[in-house]
Amino acid sequence: MPSDKFELRLYVAGQTPKAVRAFANLRKICDEHLSGRYSIEVVDLVENPALGRGDQILALPTLVRRLPTPIKKIIGDLSNTERVLVGLDLRPRRANA
Amino acid sequence: MLRKKSERSEIEKSPTGIPGLDEITFGGLPSGRPTLVAGGPGSGKTLLGVSFLVNGAQSLDEPGVLLTFEENAEELAQDVRSLGYDLDKLIEQKKLVVDYVHVDRSEIEETGEYDLEGLFVRLEHAINQVRAKRVMLDTIETLFGGLKDTGILRAELRRLFRWLRDRNITTVVTAERGEQLFTRQGLEEYITDAVITLDHRVHEQISTRRIRVVKYRGSVHGTNEYPFLIDRDGLTVLPVTSLLLGHAAPNERVSSGLPAIDGMLGGKGFYRGSTVLLSGTAGTGKTTLAAHFVDAACRRGEKCLYFLFEESPQQMIRNMRSAGVDVSQWVDKGLLQFHADRPNRHGLETHLLTMHHTVEVFDPDVVVMDPITNLLAVGTSVDVRSMLTRVIDFLKSRGITALFTSLTSSEHSLEHTETLISSLMDTWILVAARLEGRHRIRQLYVLKSRGMPHSDEVRDFRFTSRGIEIEPAHGNGTVPEPTAQRPRKRSRARRGK
Repeated sequence: MPSDKFELRLYVAGQTPKAVRAFANLRKICDEHLSGRYSIEVVDLVENPALGRGDQILALPTLVRRLPTPIKKIIGDLSNTERVLVGLDLRPRRANA
Repeated sequence: MLRKKSERSEIEKSPTGIPGLDEITFGGLPSGRPTLVAGGPGSGKTLLGVSFLVNGAQSLDEPGVLLTFEENAEELAQDVRSLGYDLDKLIEQKKLVVDYVHVDRSEIEETGEYDLEGLFVRLEHAINQVRAKRVMLDTIETLFGGLKDTGILRAELRRLFRWLRDRNITTVVTAERGEQLFTRQGLEEYITDAVITLDHRVHEQISTRRIRVVKYRGSVHGTNEYPFLIDRDGLTVLPVTSLLLGHAAPNERVSSGLPAIDGMLGGKGFYRGSTVLLSGTAGTGKTTLAAHFVDAACRRGEKCLYFLFEESPQQMIRNMRSAGVDVSQWVDKGLLQFHADRPNRHGLETHLLTMHHTVEVFDPDVVVMDPITNLLAVGTSVDVRSMLTRVIDFLKSRGITALFTSLTSSEHSLEHTETLISSLMDTWILVAARLEGRHRIRQLYVLKSRGMPHSDEVRDFRFTSRGIEIEPAHGNGTVPEPTAQRPRKRSRARRGK
């Protein structure tokens, strides 16, 4: 497992329950699995609607792993930790995942 | 008539600016509501939607947003550019926003609850940028391939269409045609205001595009399938159901281009706005006679549109020059325009549509179709007759004098092949050739000519360096009794003078 720094961006639209849940889930996962080597930027599309285009955001919340490359996207409230770890390439993808 | 109908209907409509489509919908798409446009690949649904947006932005002061879910952005721009639509310019003028939405399932992991608020935010942002009144979603079904949770997706689509309706946005939603349903994902369940289907059928290697308004809530609409055309001027729909016999019947006469033929037609030639059939076997001079007619019309300063179904314009011009009729001068002066097309390149509907379109653009006084019998290669004689009925109806409604040539296959059936179409014609002139000694003598006669006294004599004619020369009448009686029509009366007419 490379010790690269994880640059994460969480897209939300306002302080919706889903957004709050997603952020809490993300913090927890990062602290457990990426301690000391991650940064999280929260982008609120209600304030910055133009930013949705760049990362091709449709679903909310969307977590974008900007680094390390390639870019990965995980949509949803990140309630399934296992899935998030797979999405971030921190766990190998199971054949039937 | 269009206006009256749309005034009568209760809902407000937004014109698409697509010729013909606004006629069959009696005014356009339902304002402030979504319309579903379903069709197979290459059926023209994207062009329909883009035309709707561009026409709105360009001429109706209704800016638009194009949200495209298609993977190939460059392809869209190219398609549209080929129609002369300059999207970049409209974007620059703040009349249009194009947003490419790209979803790649392979790079997306789904975990837990989500919604499509991101799409809403993007759309709202785009709408606000130009104060859009029109939106096109092309093709939103693509999302079904990008997102796993179709339950969420369906709920969000339902919300999206309601959201657009609440904002009073007139929307075109394109969708792939499904097997059982109108669309693959059953979008018609959410969009119930108006549904239009497009179809691209190939029959015996000849393709015809058709459009149908399947549903239009709160409005009358034509329910037939209408042929439509995509060419460099965009999309054109041909409404062909109104076959009314209400044309004006002008008394004005126009020359056939040959004084002798005018003489046979009461001395004055054809009626303006009438339909003339020139039929005969191969090599009897039909095209040359037509060229004389065109030449005379251009001399009067009238505009002629010449449909060639056999030769190229260059070939025709060359042949006519050698026959003593120089029509190239009229092409140069812009009075004569050729439209050459192989009959078997399209179906009859497409030919009909092309003719309509070309006539509307050029606005001629005279139209020639040479030879209409070649159209039999793409349809049965009944189909050709029905098509010609529509052509003639259309030309008459515009007061255009039309001349059709028709090739008769054998000398034995001179008056036979044309029986199907002859009843549509006001004047019918027959040309033939007979062998006399070592010569082939060409001859012509007027078989019928409605509403005028006409000669019943068979006249010989020959080609000279100055065109066709018709031999003087034998009996000197160029015009017999007003009602004389059949050759059997010939002996009496001769005796009379």
